[in-house]
Amino acid sequence: MEENNKNHAVLSARNVHTTFHTHGRSVQAVRGVSFHVEHKEILAVVGESGSGKSVLMKSIMGLMPDNAEVVADETRFQEQELSIMTPEQLRKIRGKEIAMVFQDPMTALNPLRTIGYHLVEVLKRHRKMNGKEAQKEAIEVLKQVGISSPEKRLMQYPHEFSGGMRQRALIAMALCCKPKLLIADEPTTALDVTIQAQILELLKKIQEENGMSVVLITHDLGVVASLSHRICVMYGGLIMEEGLTDEIFYAPKHPYTKALLRAIPRPQSGSRERLESIPGMAPSLASPPPGCPFAERCKFARETCNEGIPQYRVYSDTQRAMCIFSDEELSAMEKEVQ
Amino acid sequence: MAKYILKRILTAIPMVLFITILCFTLMHFAPYDAIDAMTNPRMSQETINLIKAKYGFDQPLFIQYIRWLDGLMNGNYGYSIVTKQSIAADLSVRIPNTIKLVLPAYFTAYSLAVVLGLLAGSRKNRATDKLIDGFSSVGIAVPSFWFSMLLIFVFGYKLKLLPFVGMNSVGMESSVVDFLRHYIMPFATLVFTFLPANIKFVRSSTLTQYSEDYVLVQQAFGASRREIMFKHVSKNVLLPVVTRLGMALPLLVTGAIITETVFGWPGVGPYFIKAIQGLDYPIVMIILVLSATLVIIGNLLSDILYCLIDPRIREMG
Ligand SMILES: Nc1ncnc2c1ncn2[C@@H]1O[C@H](COP(=O)(O)OP(=O)(O)OP(=O)(O)O)[C@@H](O)[C@H]1O
Ligand SMILES: [Mg+2]
Repeated sequence: MEENNKNHAVLSARNVHTTFHTHGRSVQAVRGVSFHVEHKEILAVVGESGSGKSVLMKSIMGLMPDNAEVVADETRFQEQELSIMTPEQLRKIRGKEIAMVFQDPMTALNPLRTIGYHLVEVLKRHRKMNGKEAQKEAIEVLKQVGISSPEKRLMQYPHEFSGGMRQRALIAMALCCKPKLLIADEPTTALDVTIQAQILELLKKIQEENGMSVVLITHDLGVVASLSHRICVMYGGLIMEEGLTDEIFYAPKHPYTKALLRAIPRPQSGSRERLESIPGMAPSLASPPPGCPFAERCKFARETCNEGIPQYRVYSDTQRAMCIFSDEELSAMEKEVQ
Repeated sequence: MAKYILKRILTAIPMVLFITILCFTLMHFAPYDAIDAMTNPRMSQETINLIKAKYGFDQPLFIQYIRWLDGLMNGNYGYSIVTKQSIAADLSVRIPNTIKLVLPAYFTAYSLAVVLGLLAGSRKNRATDKLIDGFSSVGIAVPSFWFSMLLIFVFGYKLKLLPFVGMNSVGMESSVVDFLRHYIMPFATLVFTFLPANIKFVRSSTLTQYSEDYVLVQQAFGASRREIMFKHVSKNVLLPVVTRLGMALPLLVTGAIITETVFGWPGVGPYFIKAIQGLDYPIVMIILVLSATLVIIGNLLSDILYCLIDPRIREMG
């Protein structure tokens, strides 16, 4: 499966570890993650707050602070290995080939610079345009993300934009160079629900129009159902399960994925089904458990779960889950409980 | 914005009035007053009453205050009790001397502080930062009189390179070279006095800016260290830095009291110190009122500068 997919993978990472060293203590935020992003696909990375989603993406982009240590067997973007690049080479890729949109649009723009300045700078930097050309292109891009009267908007400062508008402006900034890969880190978390839907639709639209690949990070499985092609479920710095969107929604294998699915509201089902929250808390990454990080909260956990991080069980060309029990074993155990 | 500025000016006026009242009453209740200075216990009560009446001290306090305030507004600052000289005339010589010293020193120190603070802040915890921040920590702890003594000892006493008393040598009042030779040490002392706290200020606002999200976003869009520094961070750091300039206004009068006294510089410093020692209340009052008023005007200026620079406030009200 791996080999086959990698042929048209835009990004592939193998065995990424990220550790923060602060005041003599270390926090293992990412603990051996492998994933890839295919050409023209939307990959959703789903996980609770603190599961290491942002850290994983920033590690690959080389955006970590000095106190973070990133080790990986491979971080390949198209044909180039990112980890051996000089900071200078990496800079040429950031914003041009790989663009990133962040969680909080309120703080992502310099309050003392106009929206136009932000866009024009990127265009000048990566597309070597002169001021006039850049200005024109910036207007085009703003139109593309659905900002009306872009000529006027260009001259405005971030505080004159609402949250949703700012996120659009940031997406416009990301689109400036027509990147191959767009990483959107919880782009809608800070926005209200109606705006959320608009932004997600916009992402889908520009992904199709530009033929980009998108990594969409979110902690809400609900929002990705109609959007993503594949899903990675992260927990405690590890990918617990990975599969096509349909596989994750209709045939989840990992107890954590199943628990997550039971925790999203489903208006279409019509029933007054109770939402189940997952009991317990996510493990501390400062002293992570030696075994499966979910064991503590898992109703199927056995002694053996705590003996080392489990191997992946492969269920299809596209689906794998990190649990020592197979799907059948888990179903059997479930029946026993009832 | 004009409305906001007008409002700020209008609120500043009662504050200045309040300060004059405060200064006046404090001085009035001080244990030794102008009358005590002009009389002596052997004088008869009639003579004392006569002197009181001559200077208006027999009037009710309220009237005294109004008359004093009226004088202030008309540039009549009254007379020194000790020397009987006009305070306004004295100050019109003294203040320019102080400004000559403080203004260039403050600008030098401030420009240096901006450069060093930005440099340190942009290289947090690297050797450059440790050096600059270490220097400013030590600098804050070193008293300015000690530093000036050190200069005097080395350059004035041991090496005999520079004069260390006054502003000119006797008989050489028109010589620029002579003036500059007198100028170097107090100037250096003041630069050294103003520098450390300003470096700390610029450095900490640089650090704040670097921890903002927009810096990470700029990195994610391929901005180089230089671009982040010069196109983004420096502009944002300059906002509080320029704003702080207004706050420095009172330094033009009271910024060099100790240094001037140590070097015998004929500015406000020695004048003020001598007035305090001689219980020369009118002078002390005037200088207190002056510096307090400058604090208020300085703050006002800061706010106005802020309005002019920050687009977030510029468009409001
Ligand atoms: N600069 C840092 N120094 C130390 N630890 C950090 C740092 N940044 C993140 N971490 C730790 O790494 C872990 C993962 O953080 P991360 O931001 O990747 O979570 P996330 O999955 O993106 O969560 P969220 O949904 O809240 O954004 C957290 O436990 C956090 O405490
Ligand atoms: Mg995050």
